[in-house]
Order: sequence, then C-alpha cells, then structure tokens
Amino acid sequence: MSKFEFPTSIISRPVYGTLEPRDGSAHLMIADATGAQAILDVATPDMMAKAHIIYIPKGAEFGHRLRALNPAQYYEGPSYAAAEQRIAKAFGDAKMGLQVYLSGSEGVMGQAQHAAMQAGVPHTAIQTEHRGSTARRMQCVHCKGITEDVATDPFQCSHCGLHLFVRDHYSRRLAAYQGVNIDAEDPGNVPEAKGIYE
Amino acid sequence: MSGAQKIAVTVTAVVPLNDLVTRFEFRRTGGGLLPTFSGGAHTVVEMRDGDTPRMNPYSLMSDPMDQTSYAISVRRDDVGRGGSLFMHNNVAVGDEMVISNPVNLFSLDLRAKKQLFIAGGIGITPFLAQIKQMERLGGRWELHYTCRSEALGSYVDELTTQHPNEANVYYDDQDQRIDLKALLDGQPIGTHIYVCGPKGMIDWVRNTAAAEGWPREGIHYEEFLAPQSGKPFEVKLAISNKVIQVGEQESLLEAMERSGVDAPYLCRGGACGQCETRVIDYTGNFIHRDHWLDDAEHASGEKIMPCVSRFEGKTLVLDR
Amino acid sequence: MTLQFNDETFRDDYSFHNSDRALKRFPFPFHEDSYMYSVNMEQHQGGPADSIYEKRFDVDEHYVSEMRDRAMVLADDPLRCQSLPHMTLAGWDLLELIMVSKSEDYPDLFELHRDGDQWRWVNKPMGIDDSFTFLDEATLPYGPMEYITRQTQGDFCVLDQRDDNLWMDAGTITTQADWSLDFDLGMNFFEWHAPVPMAHEKGIFVRALKFLLNIQQGAPARRLNWTLTVNPLLDTSPENYHKWGIQKTSMTPETVGAKQHLRVELQTFFRLPRSNALVFPIRCYLCSFQDLTKTPKWARRLHRVIRDLPDELATYKGFIDNRPMMLDYLSQFDDGLPTSLGIWPDLDTEPALQKRLI
Ligand code: HEM
Ligand code: FES
Repeated sequence: MSKFEFPTSIISRPVYGTLEPRDGSAHLMIADATGAQAILDVATPDMMAKAHIIYIPKGAEFGHRLRALNPAQYYEGPSYAAAEQRIAKAFGDAKMGLQVYLSGSEGVMGQAQHAAMQAGVPHTAIQTEHRGSTARRMQCVHCKGITEDVATDPFQCSHCGLHLFVRDHYSRRLAAYQGVNIDAEDPGNVPEAKGIYE
Repeated sequence: MSGAQKIAVTVTAVVPLNDLVTRFEFRRTGGGLLPTFSGGAHTVVEMRDGDTPRMNPYSLMSDPMDQTSYAISVRRDDVGRGGSLFMHNNVAVGDEMVISNPVNLFSLDLRAKKQLFIAGGIGITPFLAQIKQMERLGGRWELHYTCRSEALGSYVDELTTQHPNEANVYYDDQDQRIDLKALLDGQPIGTHIYVCGPKGMIDWVRNTAAAEGWPREGIHYEEFLAPQSGKPFEVKLAISNKVIQVGEQESLLEAMERSGVDAPYLCRGGACGQCETRVIDYTGNFIHRDHWLDDAEHASGEKIMPCVSRFEGKTLVLDR
Repeated sequence: MTLQFNDETFRDDYSFHNSDRALKRFPFPFHEDSYMYSVNMEQHQGGPADSIYEKRFDVDEHYVSEMRDRAMVLADDPLRCQSLPHMTLAGWDLLELIMVSKSEDYPDLFELHRDGDQWRWVNKPMGIDDSFTFLDEATLPYGPMEYITRQTQGDFCVLDQRDDNLWMDAGTITTQADWSLDFDLGMNFFEWHAPVPMAHEKGIFVRALKFLLNIQQGAPARRLNWTLTVNPLLDTSPENYHKWGIQKTSMTPETVGAKQHLRVELQTFFRLPRSNALVFPIRCYLCSFQDLTKTPKWARRLHRVIRDLPDELATYKGFIDNRPMMLDYLSQFDDGLPTSLGIWPDLDTEPALQKRLI
C-alpha cells in the first residue's frame, strides 16, 4: 500500500518518517490498523527477542502476522484507551536504551508519543511512520474537548457544537491539532465541510 | 564590552588542595550580595598579567544559594597559556579582581528522573555546585569521579563523607576504572548523563551511551577548550580600520580587546556562538577550535570564532 | 511621583482610557513609515526619564484595573496560568526578580523585606502585605509564578532552556494577541512561532533564537511587537474568540477612531539565575486611533504603515477586513509631509498636521 504524502505545512505540524531498526536494550512498538505493516517491514529476529508489541487492529487483520514475528511480549486490544494503562506501565518500567517505534494513525502515534515523553524519552528519539487513516485528533480551543478521527474541515465540535476550522497547528503535549471557531465574525456562515486534504 | 556588567570582587581565601589544585574564594568588593546562579555555571575571571590581559572561564563550585561568596578551583597547567599559572603564582588574599556574571552552558535538565554525573579530575568542579542544588531541591543523583591518585583527589573526602551512597571514586593509579557499560545498563528511563573532564573521557561517554541506544538529548557535556596558544599572526579589522598583532600567548579575541575593539563574546570557549565573525578576505589556513560552526562552515573560510580559533598565513581581514 | 490609578474596565462598557501622560509615553512601535518583521532586539538597560523603558517592570495608571481583569480571566479559565512541574524553581526566580526590581524602582509603591529566607512583600496599590518563606510553596496562596504575575502587568512566558532551544513550559497569559498558552505549552521556539507568516523564511527566528540563548544574567534585552484590536479588550484569546470575534464587525466610520486600538507589546527577556530559564514578559499597551492621531508624526506614520503592510501580515494580525475603513479614517490626517526617523513623538520639531477633516 502506498503511503499518503502529507502536504508540507507549518513547523509545528508533525512529520513522519520510515521506521528503521536501531540498537537498544529493548524495543517498544505501538501500532494501530495498517500501522502493523510498518512493524512487519522493520522487524528482525534480533529485535523481536527484546520487543514488546502493542497492537490496536481497528478491524485490520495483521494480528496473526505480528504474533508470528514472535516478539518477547505481544498485546492486542480494542482501542488506545483500553491499552493506555498497559502502555503507561511499559514506559514506567522501562530502562535507558529503550527504542520506541510508533506506526499507524496520527492520533494513536501522538498519544503514544506523549506517553513516552512523560516517561522521559525525548520526542526526537521516538521513531514514527504514518500508515492508513489521515484523520486527526483535534482539540476544540474553546471548550477543550478532544475529538478523535476528525476527517473533515470545517468540523462541528462533538462536545460544544461550535463549527471549527481545523488548523495545522499541533501540540505534542495534547497530542492534538487545534480547532478554532470558523463563523465567529459572521455567525451562521459555515462553508461546506470537505476532506481535510481535498 | 558587550554583555552584562562585570563584578568587582576581593579574594578572601586561597586554599591549596594538593600539588595541582588551589581553591580561590571571592566576596563582592565593598560588600553586598553576589548574584545567585544555577549549578554548572561558570564565571570568567579577568587577570592582568603584566601587559597581557587574560580571561579564563572557571566553574563556580560553591553553593548556588549562597550569595555571600563564590569559589572556584584552579588546576595548574604548566604547559598552557599561563592563566592558571598566574592564578597560582600571583593571586593572594586581599587582591581585587574582576569576574563576569555567571553563565551556564552546562545546566541541569530539571525534568530528569535521575542525574548521573561523571567527572574526570578537575572536571569535578561544576558537579560540586550541581550536587548542592540537587540536595536543596531534591531529586535522584549519582556521581562517578575518577582521579589520578588519592593525593590528587580534590574534594574526595568531602564528597564521600557527605554523600556515601551517591559518590563513587575511582583512582587511576590503583587501576580503578568506571565500568561504563555496566553503569549505563539498567538506568531508569529519563536518566540524564553529565560528563565533565578531559576530551577523551567526554568522547568515551558520548560514544558508549550512543551505542547503548541513549538519546543525544540525554547526554550533556562541557568541554572547556583552554584557548590554546599558537604562532603570532596579523589581522586587519575592516570596520575598526586597524591592523593588530595576535601574540603567541593571547587569543584573537583578547588581541582585539587589547586594541580597544568592542568585540562580542560570552563563553570565551568556542561554545556559545556570540563572537562569530565574518571573514572578508584571507590567504592562509584557519585553525578552527570551536564547537559552534559546523564542518562546512569551517571549510568555507567565511567565519571564525576569535575566542578560540587562530590563523596561519599571509593576510586575514575580518568584518569587525 | 505619586501615580494615580484609573478605575476602568477592559470588557463590557470598556471604560479604559489613557491620560495625557500615558499618551505621551505610549510606545509607538514604528521607527519609520513602513513595517516588516526583523530581528529588532536591543539591550534593556533603562531609557529616557518617564518612558516605558525607564524601569525594569513599568507600572502605570492601568495597573490596578489590569490586575482586576487578570483575576477575572483566571477565575473563568484557570488554564491561562500553567507551570510544568520542573518550572517551579524558575517561578521563584521570577518572583525574586520582580519583587527586587519593583521595590527598588518604586519604593513608594512596593516594599520587600528579606531576612534570610523569611520574606515580607508589601504591594500598596493592591493592598497586599504577605510574609512567606522563599522557596517554600506552602507559604504562598498560589505557586510563585502565579502569585507574582497576578500582581504584575503584562503576560509572562517562562522558557526552559535545553537542547539549544527554548521551551514554553510555564506562563501566565491573559492579555494575548490571539494565541493559547494551554495549546502552546511544551512547544519549542520554532513550534510556537509556526503560525507566523514570512518570518521563518527570512531567517528571523533562527537568528533571534541564537541571541536569546545567549542572554546573560544582568543583561536583559527587549523588543516591540504590535497588532490591532477593536475595543480596549485585553483578553483577545482564542479560547474566547467565539465571543469577542464579532466585535470586529461592530465598527462604523463614525466609531472607528474611538474603537480601533493599536496594541503594542513591550517584550523583554531576562535570564533567571537559579533555574537558567528565560522569562519573556509581554507588556501590552493600548491606544485608540483617535488618541494616537493627536501626535502629528504618529498620525502621518500610522496611516502609511497600515496602508502599505503586506496582506499576509494584515491577515495574520486579523484586520484585513477592516483595513479599508481604517484607511479612510487615517488618511484624513496624512498630509504627505515627511516624518523624522525613530519612534519618539518629536512634538517640538514635527510640524502640526496641515490637513484635518471633521
Ligand atoms: C522567547 C521569547 C518569545 C516568546 C515566548 C514568543 C512567543 C510568541 C507567540 C506565542 C506568538 C504568537 C504565535 C501565533 O500566532 O500563535 C509570537 C508571534 C511573533 N513573534 Fe515571538 N516570541 C518570543 C520571541 C520573539 C523574538 C525574539 C522575535 C523576533 C525577533 C519574535 C518574533 C515574533 C513575530 C514577528 C511574531 C508575529 C507577531 C505579529 O505579527 O503580531 N518573537 N511570539
Ligand atoms: S565567545 Fe562563545 S564562541 Fe566565542
């Protein structure tokens, strides 16, 4: 499957690379949906002997192939929220030398990156590779509610109902893009929603 | 002069610690408090060695919370340019000197889950202040300190009595070595390493940690490049319209200051970038000794850092 | 000097106003008849008597009312003041810097009595007299940064310095030009500046950052920045944009002079000693177009700057739609005469306006 090329944008907007194997004392790999493919591409038997894979399939069927890589630890769960405690524990127990690999949607990579940073891993040391959905995790700057999987712009806030322009300004701390009211100066004049990259 | 105001101080103590290292203590001349600082900061001490001005950076080793006095420790360097010799031979209690405001190019990352200090020889000095800061604010730390011999182990007694669990000392002459790989192995995530000592030691720590998968941001080092002497050379300063001679024992920056040219600086050690100067014309070779410019900039012949770098050749014209 | 404090509001009935003294010392930000982003930084070591540059932290007639407005903003939205855990020491640094500076610069208004770590702080305009233990958070009603910035005009970003960058890891931001601390918290210098047009391409941020990283203890620096705001509204936050944005459409040719305000930020930079962090106070000064145009040089220049500002900047600063109305108003004052260089009003030397409608 070919990868989506995000248009170049402002500096706060994350850019993603291609996972590559690195030396380290342990490897923590977190992926959702077709993000599994990036792990399959990078995995080596050496790495797998010290690897913990956390996978959120979201309907994709890569679970058996990831399991067949024979990682030291494997977990599959229904959602990021379900995996969150496990991820927090994995980072809490981790030692220096841990390598972090994230792949899949921006929302899942962003949240896992935040968990890693909280533990003390610098964000520049975390590898990311985007695969699959281009939908965004977005915070409404007005009510602060976060909405997952926002694919269109403008977007009506799922919490407060304001119509939001989905900016490219991105916060690693919130793992979210910013949504700002689009019709504040002309109430009711909301352009028709279309795909963010249309 | 650019930058902050200088501080006039009086030497209140000169304490020889061993054959090589002497501690100097300062109070503000005329009374009053000194600025606080953060662990890892240094001050630039100005010396008047006959006609030669000297400015050497020394780490502040006293308690950062103590504003009544500052302390530095100076290792005598018999082959260097003479700043440390001047301190050892000419500076006495009661002397008035001028020092800079504290500058920190080696500060603690206060987010760290644990601080791991690695010192070689006189490289212990910034850690003495950082340890006091950690003790005051709380937080995990550990020190690994190598010295040539017990006789040359500056501050070893103080460290091992006050911090028996955190301070680990290794003597070269007893064949004690830091087992670095073992030390790095198993450190909790969020640990930061700080290394201060000879260049070889810094490279060893950086390379070993990188090979063990430690991130670059977690490894902090400060390398005081002692501004090294070299052959005399001549420089034309285009803006000031002056031709000046840089002597063997002084840096290009010092020569500019001696000639009354207001040249910017901060670290005087090739680290901060403040003194970056554009080269207008040259015939000859640069001896770049800074950490600031990258390899391409060094090769370009377009920039020089006068605090540490020198020149050999026929003509050098600078935009200053 | 005894300062009279205005009793005024920055919301609802907008009773904010500038006295003649305030007008005279207003930091007009344009040193020539055009404007473009630049690395406009200089040392912050005082300035002309009674100018806003004179003191390290300028206190003026709006002090008490601005602090009242800040308290209201923080009560509505506590996320406007945040400090990541490793920034507490920098907060104490800031508290010390401000208390020492204000008690030295305004001894009739502020007093600081120190006995070791036992401190007593007296803020007469706000009726505060608190004793506390320095470096002990339990002895203050708020964290140290929040405590002191509730008593100091201007917004405050406190930047951690590491990895050759600055990180916005703490701040009190209630009078911002449409950016969110809550969102930008934790970003580095290039990231929080990401939305700014044109300046990245011009290399301004790379050079500015190099300069900032080198700011030394005892050697603060400063620069001016500006934007335009309809009504003297301090809290132009993205958080409340859905409430205040509509005010931009409320101007008419009759009211533009009174409602349209030039908003100037005096930005200063201080190294904080104990934490090696950097503090970035952003002090906001407001002045209506009708007050600004009383100074002939400023009247001429303001028209030319607003007229010739690139569209990218007018869009970013949020006034492109109102620009034609502003220009209609400002052009009445511009008689085409040349202006002297520099920001000062030069009232004695600049000729009176030759042309004046109304
Ligand atoms: C470290 C201190 C600084 C902080 C915390 C800071 C913060 C900010 C923030 C939050 C914005 C708004 C960005 C947005 O639209 O979301 C901004 C805008 C801007 N900043 Fe800074 N800044 C700092 C220093 C500087 C310096 C030194 C310069 C240049 C010399 C600079 C130039 C600008 C410019 C040109 C804008 C656009 C402003 C406008 O057009 O209204 N900043 N800054
Ligand atoms: S003075 Fe710092 S690099 Fe020269």
